[in-house]
Amino acid sequence: MNVKVAILSIQLRLNSIKKLSTIALALGVERTRTELLPFLTDTIYDEDEVLLALAEQLGNFTMLVGGPEYVHCLLPPLESLATVEETVVRDKAVESLRKISQEHSPVDLEVHFEPLVKRLASGDWFTSRTSACGLFSVCYPRVSSTVKAEIRQHFRTLCSDDTPMVRRAAASKLGEFAKVLELDYVKSDIISLFTALASDEQDSVRLLAVEACVSIATLLPQEDLETLVMPTLRQAAEDKSWRVRYMVADKFSELQKAVGPEITKNDLVPAFQNLLKDCEAEVRAAAANKVKEFCENLPEDNREQIIMTHILPCVKELVSDTNQHVKSALASVIMGLSTILGKDNTIEHLLPLFLAQLKDECPEVRLNIISNLDCVNEVIGIRQLSQSLLPAIVELAEDAKWRVRLAIIEYMPLLAGQLGVEFFDEKLNTLCMAWLIDHVYAIREAATCNLMKLVEKFGAEWAQNTIVPKVLGMANDPNYLHRMTTLFCINALSEACGQDITTKQMLPVVLKMSNDQVANVRFNVAKSLQKIGPVLDSNALQTEVKPVLEKLATDTDMDVKYFAQEAISVLALA
Amino acid sequence: MDGARMWHVSEPLGVIHSDLCPFSADIISTVEFNYSGELLATGDKGGRVVIFQHEQESKNRPHLRGEYNVYSTFQSHEPEFDYLKSLEIEEKINKIRWLPQQNAAHFLLSTNDKTIKLWKISERDKRAEGYNLKDEDGRLRDPFRITSLRVPVLMPMDLMVEASPRRIFANAHTYHINSISVNSDHETYLSADDLRINLWHLEITDRSFNIVDIKPANMEELTEVITAAECHPHQCNVFVYSSSKGTIRLCDMRAAALCDRHSKFFEEPEDPSSRSFFSEIISSISDVKFSHSGRYMMTRDYLSVKVWDLNMENRPVETYQVHEYLRSKLCSLYENDCIFDKFECCWNGSDSAIMTGSYNNFFRMFDRNTRRDITLEASRESSKPRATLKPRKVSTGGKRKKDEISVDSLDFNKKILHTAWHPKDNVIAVAATNNLYIFQDKIN
Repeated sequence: MNVKVAILSIQLRLNSIKKLSTIALALGVERTRTELLPFLTDTIYDEDEVLLALAEQLGNFTMLVGGPEYVHCLLPPLESLATVEETVVRDKAVESLRKISQEHSPVDLEVHFEPLVKRLASGDWFTSRTSACGLFSVCYPRVSSTVKAEIRQHFRTLCSDDTPMVRRAAASKLGEFAKVLELDYVKSDIISLFTALASDEQDSVRLLAVEACVSIATLLPQEDLETLVMPTLRQAAEDKSWRVRYMVADKFSELQKAVGPEITKNDLVPAFQNLLKDCEAEVRAAAANKVKEFCENLPEDNREQIIMTHILPCVKELVSDTNQHVKSALASVIMGLSTILGKDNTIEHLLPLFLAQLKDECPEVRLNIISNLDCVNEVIGIRQLSQSLLPAIVELAEDAKWRVRLAIIEYMPLLAGQLGVEFFDEKLNTLCMAWLIDHVYAIREAATCNLMKLVEKFGAEWAQNTIVPKVLGMANDPNYLHRMTTLFCINALSEACGQDITTKQMLPVVLKMSNDQVANVRFNVAKSLQKIGPVLDSNALQTEVKPVLEKLATDTDMDVKYFAQEAISVLALA
Repeated sequence: MDGARMWHVSEPLGVIHSDLCPFSADIISTVEFNYSGELLATGDKGGRVVIFQHEQESKNRPHLRGEYNVYSTFQSHEPEFDYLKSLEIEEKINKIRWLPQQNAAHFLLSTNDKTIKLWKISERDKRAEGYNLKDEDGRLRDPFRITSLRVPVLMPMDLMVEASPRRIFANAHTYHINSISVNSDHETYLSADDLRINLWHLEITDRSFNIVDIKPANMEELTEVITAAECHPHQCNVFVYSSSKGTIRLCDMRAAALCDRHSKFFEEPEDPSSRSFFSEIISSISDVKFSHSGRYMMTRDYLSVKVWDLNMENRPVETYQVHEYLRSKLCSLYENDCIFDKFECCWNGSDSAIMTGSYNNFFRMFDRNTRRDITLEASRESSKPRATLKPRKVSTGGKRKKDEISVDSLDFNKKILHTAWHPKDNVIAVAATNNLYIFQDKIN
């Protein structure tokens, strides 16, 4: 290979790790193996970004070292990287090691890979031992049974390591490791490790065991769950630490699927009730978030009965919870219950709850109800709610906090679609126009965008009758910001309204504003003309737009001149 | 300490010696050994951190343990200006806490009033040589003259110790940070200011959880502030915080997300006979430390050190008078502001002894088993290297014996606020204004 050419055509700085594959190509497989990799193994002084890139590159280096036969040469530098303290780098190194483990032959796994894992697992530093945890599951399946026994032993040791960091790493990989083990070993080894980790003195370890619970439960046959898994799960659901209980609540749907309908009925339903009534608000909120999913996944035969008897009473309590995050979490899913319970139950039991939350003092709760109206619409139709809905919407639209006003604007097109054009015109139109002259620019901008979406929904004719006159009326407002809003609306609406409306109604207003006293308005006229230009026909462009733009191009204000000239050139009117 | 134990000077490590101007930037503001005792970190008023390393025992002098030599120095914090409040933020290091060792590098947290930083201190003893594009002396080579591609090799070089900031935890405290403490889970730590305590994750800098907030709705009702906080050494869910009213609250993070309600409340009932105008001020706790066993905690108020059993809330199990002779001088100490000095305290590795500082460069050690105490002095005059420290005494009565010093002759500008005890050996570090003294006991 012509090395000279290679050097000249490639920007070679041996510190440039991102081009590492290029360098390896230039060196060829043998020199890569014998010189480059040893160098990289010792160079772990660099910045995290460099080490991260290095760890990633090495995962794709198999061909560059000569193929699967030589892939084990990549192990030394990756082993080095797996011991650095920066978690992202270690994790990437482990990811790359997992990747290349697939390229190792079973022999190579035993000769090279597993010893690496062993070294990491018995390393002095926490960092190497935590990395080892991520490697057991990838080498286990393809090694001999003696080596398998060693691996199982190492994992056992790490599960009872002195340091919480290592135990956490082991706990987080427990599920994954269990998946590759033979079922007998799952029952004999994994279960005892799982139970031990789930009773660890460190909260942070116990809560990771909850995640492992899901994987383990999925692997075991139903009849074993009751004896092997359920005691630990029950313990976790009543753990002294709210963080562990939170994890149980957070993983509840997965747990439900893993344990199956019988155990769900007997154990998970009462557990869920307790979580909904937990003394810590964070736990209640996590459980509240899962109400819909939990109910949906209950076995069909007695689903309704379970919900009505056990879940609904708790849900009723949560509607008046003291903590706003709990109520807010509930509000985001409660509407979904209507599809599960059907029309009659919804009207009798759920509707009062929806209405109560619609009047909640916390704006987020109200917003969450409003954003999920489509579920209810399917089952009972919006009309039932509309009486309470309107005051709720108006109150949110006028909330003192602009972010709350912004949120309700964003739901407006959705609501308008669900409520229909008559309802909208009657009740919500004024609101949408009021937003256009809000004090906060972000609201005016969102309101403009909202109008555009409404026009897309309801059509140009509706726009012409209801919106356009009002928008154009703002052109005479004494406040220049409002006059500018007219222009922004025109920008947004012209395409949806079409050439006719734009030319006959909007264009004259824009042109008239070119004489405005305020320069900001004038240069926005130029920008508007540029924007609506493509919608107009060439006649209007030449006879009406061009003269005005030429006039603006000689304006005293610099910005007006600039935007006018820009518009002229973009519209090709020169 | 029992009579057989003699303390002598290892080597007084001064920074810039200047007894005449104690307001130089180098006033030491915190001292802390790491978990193994191999490293000792000091922070100073100028925002610098100096780390000393224990040299291995030398063959020539096996009866003495090795010296502590400077290992690394770096500028941790710089002075800043808060534009919103028009206030200067001092660069003075309030606290340093080491992290348990994870790999060959060392990590510590250092904090000033507002910002906490995680520093990595690592060694580099190899350097790459054999670049393609430049010569050994750095000159660029003409690419056309390069005929082959070579891979650099790593050659040994002189040991270089580098300190680099790995995380910066900022903008979480409205008031001045007084404490930081690493949790036994090695994943989180807490930071406390006058009114709030936050919980951080070591990997996450843009968020922290507020777990204690004692700010009243109406600031005019403020009567009490947080003075110190510490995590329990083994139980990941327990921490304590002390207050300016002499109380300690123990909180359980398992019970609730917000720990505004304490699990235990430690307060000694006041002795009505010793009540004075200054009672509340001198009851303010300046430091709180758990014992290594986790069974006890120690608090330092202006005149005394108290040891509490965590199972008994209504009074301490041991009380040691540090400088009771000052009780009659409280008025003048109030006038010169000395009454507000914040002394720290520390346990020895086996929890059998405790140490705290006093004035006139004196520091006090108490043996909990024998109930004997000793006063020693950390000053250049009395501390020639290898010398044995002589116990000191303050005379309280009218008659002053030879070698005693009278209360009125005490120099209140020479305060020992910061001391640290090696986690395993009998080696102590004492900061006296801008000088650091390291003492160790003689084995024979």
